Amino acid sequence: MKKLTVLLTCVIIVLSSLTFTACSGSGYEGEVNVYNWGEYISPGDDETLDVIAEFERRYNIKVNYTNFETNEELYNVLVNSNSSYDVIIPSDYMVARLRSEGMLEKIDLGNIPNYKNIDEKFRISDFDPTGEYSVAYSWGIVALVYNTTMIPEGEITGFKDMWNPKYRNDVLMFNNSRDAMAIAMQVCDPPIDPGSESFTGEDIDRATKKLIELKNCGSLKKYVMDQVFTEMEGSQSALAAYYGGDIYTMLDNNEELSYSLPEEGSNLFIDSMCIPTCCQNKENAELFINFMCDPEIAAANADYICYGTPNKAALELMDDDYKESPLCNPPQEYIDKCYTFANIDDQIYSEMQEKFVKACSSTAEVSSIEIKTTSVESKIAVAVILAIVVIATVIVIILDIRRAVKNRGRINKI
Amino acid sequence: MRTNRTSTESFASRFSLEIRKRRTESRSAIKSKRPSIPYLGWMLVFTIVPLVMVVYYAFTDTNGRFTLDNFLNASDYSEVFLYSLYVALISTLICLVLAYPLSFFISRCTARKQSIIIMFLMVPMWMNFLLRIYAWVLILQNYGPFDMILNLIGVDVSLIGNTGAVVVGMIYEFLPFMILPIHSVMSKIDDSLIEAAQDLGCSGFYVFRKVILPLSVPGIISGVTMVFVPTASTFLVAQYLGGTQFMIGDVIERVFQSDHNTGSAIALVLMVVILGFLVFMNRFGDKEAIAQ
Amino acid sequence: MKKKSQKIYLAIIMAFLYAPIIYLIAYSFNDGKTSVWKGFTMKWYTALFQDAQIMGSLYNTLLVAILASVIATVLGTAAAIGIYNFKGGVRSAIQNVSNIPIINPEIVTGVSLMLLFTFAGTMLGFEMGFWTVLLAHIGFCTPYVILNVTPRIRQMDASLYEAALDLGCSPMQAFFKVVLHELLPGILSGFLISFTYSLDDFVITYFTRGSRFQTLPIQIYTMTHQRINPKANALSALMFLVILVILIISNVVSAKKDKEAVR
Repeated sequence: MKKLTVLLTCVIIVLSSLTFTACSGSGYEGEVNVYNWGEYISPGDDETLDVIAEFERRYNIKVNYTNFETNEELYNVLVNSNSSYDVIIPSDYMVARLRSEGMLEKIDLGNIPNYKNIDEKFRISDFDPTGEYSVAYSWGIVALVYNTTMIPEGEITGFKDMWNPKYRNDVLMFNNSRDAMAIAMQVCDPPIDPGSESFTGEDIDRATKKLIELKNCGSLKKYVMDQVFTEMEGSQSALAAYYGGDIYTMLDNNEELSYSLPEEGSNLFIDSMCIPTCCQNKENAELFINFMCDPEIAAANADYICYGTPNKAALELMDDDYKESPLCNPPQEYIDKCYTFANIDDQIYSEMQEKFVKACSSTAEVSSIEIKTTSVESKIAVAVILAIVVIATVIVIILDIRRAVKNRGRINKI
Repeated sequence: MRTNRTSTESFASRFSLEIRKRRTESRSAIKSKRPSIPYLGWMLVFTIVPLVMVVYYAFTDTNGRFTLDNFLNASDYSEVFLYSLYVALISTLICLVLAYPLSFFISRCTARKQSIIIMFLMVPMWMNFLLRIYAWVLILQNYGPFDMILNLIGVDVSLIGNTGAVVVGMIYEFLPFMILPIHSVMSKIDDSLIEAAQDLGCSGFYVFRKVILPLSVPGIISGVTMVFVPTASTFLVAQYLGGTQFMIGDVIERVFQSDHNTGSAIALVLMVVILGFLVFMNRFGDKEAIAQ
Repeated sequence: MKKKSQKIYLAIIMAFLYAPIIYLIAYSFNDGKTSVWKGFTMKWYTALFQDAQIMGSLYNTLLVAILASVIATVLGTAAAIGIYNFKGGVRSAIQNVSNIPIINPEIVTGVSLMLLFTFAGTMLGFEMGFWTVLLAHIGFCTPYVILNVTPRIRQMDASLYEAALDLGCSPMQAFFKVVLHELLPGILSGFLISFTYSLDDFVITYFTRGSRFQTLPIQIYTMTHQRINPKANALSALMFLVILVILIISNVVSAKKDKEAVR
């Protein structure tokens, strides 16, 4: 009886939620699958414009909007799962990589009249020399944000400050291999240029060592991506390196925060809208891209995400705070110090990712001669545990078989 | 007369023949192994084949050639592995210590009270796993309630981002899993046994050692198994509550994003250790059952 | 008789278990996003219901849970009956293999299924999503059904079935009226357990969902992983309410049944 009640309740829940979703999901003439970074489109709460809802309203096309956290995740999904996306928004080096591997479709710019609003300097670039495979979405720089109640104003001048043991357990680092390695490379002595076309194994080793040092000196609290918002806005941590536009948002939400443009310069990135070859709704994809280039939409979007906008018509609509902030609109002298990521060789790239994961999981001291991400003792310990387990299991199984044979003999006698 | 008898007899014999035939037919229907065929096929495809694939990926490189390199790579994560086992062990022990007396107290209540208490214990279990961890993030965060209280006393310690927070999170998640099996075994321990022991002159501690403890062993084993396995292999608790030290579940997920082979190697090692542990526990439990 | 110390101990443990949930619920009414109390509001609840993504995830979760538990129950009951008829050694071997999804760490199961689906996906050209999640859920629910039904089979008196046949039932009738009725408690508890596990499953769903299919636990992961979102608090409050109501109803009903039985 009681189980029947539970069953009944469940059926009721199902029916009611089915009606809910039936009401909300009816009557679209098509759909478009968009794959974008998290917190990267104006969502419509707190009086901002709900860009997706606006698109759906204007064109009666359903937007299936999902997020990824890193370029590597995007690549992994496109390659390994058979997902079909219509619009993806990778960063510069990932656009170059996808293009060189033939995974991007040419965009018919004739279908994108709003393309005229995109600033010339963003139309052609190293990663898209013909400009036919991508339409710029946003751009920005990496900077440092810190909490002035924990670190005096003005004390932070560059990435090297992240390695200061004074900030015990208070520093946040990027949770993806390229951004983290790039910062480590800049801080290395002598510094390695993170924007170069290729890295040697030694370069990566040195950068990994630097990252491990960040952990060992006690300052590193956590590796974060989107969680950085909670950490900094909630005054949980003192110092973080993150993307300029997001820092601008954080400053808005927490008065205690301040920022610093690192003296070493940092990564200048451009995120662009692309159409992958696996797309199934190319027309709707181009419609979406065109929509995002509309000056008012681009301005509303930039207003929320606070990243630089490559749309010059939208830039005019922005308020002065935005136009004057070096986080949203960096000055030329800083840009000159910056570098962009190049599309590096596959093998080096995976070595970088692998070393990054190892750097993240290590705790051991770093020897000055070679990189040891783990002590020999712990390897031996694990091997011993494994051996004990396997031997014990084998013994148990053998004993069981012997017992079964003995029992069978006994039953047969009866 | 004779003809009637023969016709009745033959009718009766024909009828019983019918029944016997039916019986053998239908006995074979309920006794047949055929109903299990769909599931056996399913098991093959969705349980055995994936595990074989894990083994395959663990022992080959990206080109399909046999290699032991993946294990070499995986051994770099030995520290993480030991740390996970360490956290799992502590969490399991604390859960056991907390749950054991509680189960006993509950089992001595009236049946009605027991079912109410058990029901209230199960409600948090049904809540979503991540939401419960998230709750602890909110509680333990800097400038959260606990931190404020400690600051008032003058203690300035970070409550989150360390092993302690992870252990608290694990205990919170899995305590009901330890309480339920121990309780179900304890509730079967007859009060009269305890009374008899007391009548024979045993002190409270002796009663515990000689009567309650041995009888509750199956429950303890069940509970330990149900807590140790998830805590050792759990996936997100360290990311939410921990600091820079990852646990093996997080490492597997992360490595899998770029390298299926090394990831499979680590997963294989984890599986072997856990399964070995379970076989051992099982055997240990069986021995107790046999001894009784 | 319960001593006072026992009661206090129970109260402490209960407080420990419930405090975080109460905290979550309390802050779902907070008019702000941090732990500073800014005023009472219901706006997160309205935002929750207007969030189409969350509603979509809820629908997906319930759909998968119901389908998976129904299919798992049917598959598992048939399997339990069939497996029971194997001889001793083979039977325990099959039972051990069938228990693998239960005892294996979830992450290993999830990862192994992901390998399978990725491989099959490239071979056969399909994308991970609803169907792979459903198959994965059936895969880990069925062993629980088998585990619940098998003891009932063992307890069942085989002669009941034969008696029904003797009384004139066809095999089908005998099966449904006698055998199934005997096994019903095991079948129902297996169904319930499957439903619960499928509803709340995160790890296996995470690895088999591809990149698009969202269930509620996955949605919660996204919500709690990014900025603090009081919608998650509102969601917890609602879930807590539903669970509490269901459990109280079932407890009251079973208490009534017990009373009637005594009478």
